Amino acid sequence: MSLLADAFTVLAVLAGLFFLAAGTLGLLRFPDTLSRLHALTKADGLGLGLIVLGLMPQAGSLLGALKLLLVWALAMLAGATVGQMIARIARRESQ
Amino acid sequence: MSATLLIDLALAFSVLAAALWTVAARRAFEAVVGFVAFGLVLSLAWVRLGTVDVALTEAAVGAGASGVLLLGATARLGAQTLAEVRDQPAMALRIATGFFCALLAVALGWTLLNLGDPAPSLAPLAAANLAATELGNPVSGVLLAWRALDTLLEAVVLVLAVIGVWSVAPDGAWGGIPGDIQPPRRDPALRLAAQIIPPIGVVIGVHLVWTGAEAPGGAFQGGTVLAAMWVLAWMAGLVRPPAVSSRRLRVWVILGPIVFIAIGLLGSFLADGFLAYPAAFTKPLILLVEAALTFSIAVALVLLLVGPPKAAP
Amino acid sequence: MNEVTIFGLLAAALVGLGLYGVLTHAAPLRRILSFNLLGGGVFLVFGVVARRGAGAGFDGDPVPQAIIITGIVVAFAATTLAIALLLRIAELRQDGTDD
Repeated sequence: MSLLADAFTVLAVLAGLFFLAAGTLGLLRFPDTLSRLHALTKADGLGLGLIVLGLMPQAGSLLGALKLLLVWALAMLAGATVGQMIARIARRESQ
Repeated sequence: MSATLLIDLALAFSVLAAALWTVAARRAFEAVVGFVAFGLVLSLAWVRLGTVDVALTEAAVGAGASGVLLLGATARLGAQTLAEVRDQPAMALRIATGFFCALLAVALGWTLLNLGDPAPSLAPLAAANLAATELGNPVSGVLLAWRALDTLLEAVVLVLAVIGVWSVAPDGAWGGIPGDIQPPRRDPALRLAAQIIPPIGVVIGVHLVWTGAEAPGGAFQGGTVLAAMWVLAWMAGLVRPPAVSSRRLRVWVILGPIVFIAIGLLGSFLADGFLAYPAAFTKPLILLVEAALTFSIAVALVLLLVGPPKAAP
Repeated sequence: MNEVTIFGLLAAALVGLGLYGVLTHAAPLRRILSFNLLGGGVFLVFGVVARRGAGAGFDGDPVPQAIIITGIVVAFAATTLAIALLLRIAELRQDGTDD
């Protein structure tokens, strides 16, 4: 059981790291603000989500696991808000 | 080379890279972004040094609150740098300065690598006396019992900083509402976030204070989170601070230090001296001080972030 | 080599770098930033000393750790005051009432 949980953690965290790396690559390589934002918010949200999912079996308690989930939800909320605000300014400036 | 060593090296290089960027960046905005990154990576370094209490403080105050303050200042300054041509050192002087700063760094590094063994430590003493405070977190024990005087003075420094920030207000604006005159940007996305996040953030802030007795956390970390929630609502245009002439606001700012001093004086009569706690009431008194401090820290941080009044009352 | 060595050297480098920035930047905001880097280096020195004093079941000596927390908050208070003065000077320059 514990081996299964560990294997799940390794797989999920690795997948999360892949998406974070992809998001960062997009941030560095995409040509304009909107596509860079798109890469960053989407890929990072998924990447962090997978890492949190992977770490949940290691949290030791249900409360600890729920706290991890809360971290992800807050990061998503903040990321989406800031992404929206930056996009709005970028669009206004390009017009 | 072990995995933890690799992590430490990677962290140290990231901190150094962010610091170099902060010093070398061409524009002020870029430097501030570098500084916020510096604070965030440094807080991970604090975790590696085994002190989650400091890591939380660094992330909340060093990166979060400082970031809001410095980004706001950069936006307000715009293209103005206020740099005087006569302050720009000549190349030769810069090279000489760089040389001596490097020399200082080398000397300090050498000293830190050659500190005497065994290292001096108050950890055994702190451990031996922790039971008397009924706290589980030694750092909270130090902050609120053995070095309570430092913590009291720190709370007073926050009050003095608020007075200092207020006193740069233009004469005509004295007594007015602190912060900018123009309504903050009312972005619908920000408004939504400012309605959803604060209820959760307030719970997290209070949790950080409460858990600080047993685990990493405490009045400063929790107070900063509470202040951040209010500032978020302020930025979204949902709340306004009271005028600086408001007596209620002034009482809020000094409440923490006043409660701390009052309980300290109580110790002069009922216990071993100023800021000592009567043995039977140690934990309840510490919790009372922490609660009052948290509240005043949060109010003071909000006022420091919002800035001096800009318009007449 | 362990975390004490690595972060000790980092602390020394930050002190040197921060001091260089304070001394060579002409723009006050950049000096304030550099001063905070210098402060970060000094706190890290305390952190390394705390780590060396680990014992009695703690990961570090709690006394320097508590002093670092105090230091970070006081440094922030000083920074807000410096920024308030800076913004006020900028305002006065813009109004042309400074000279």
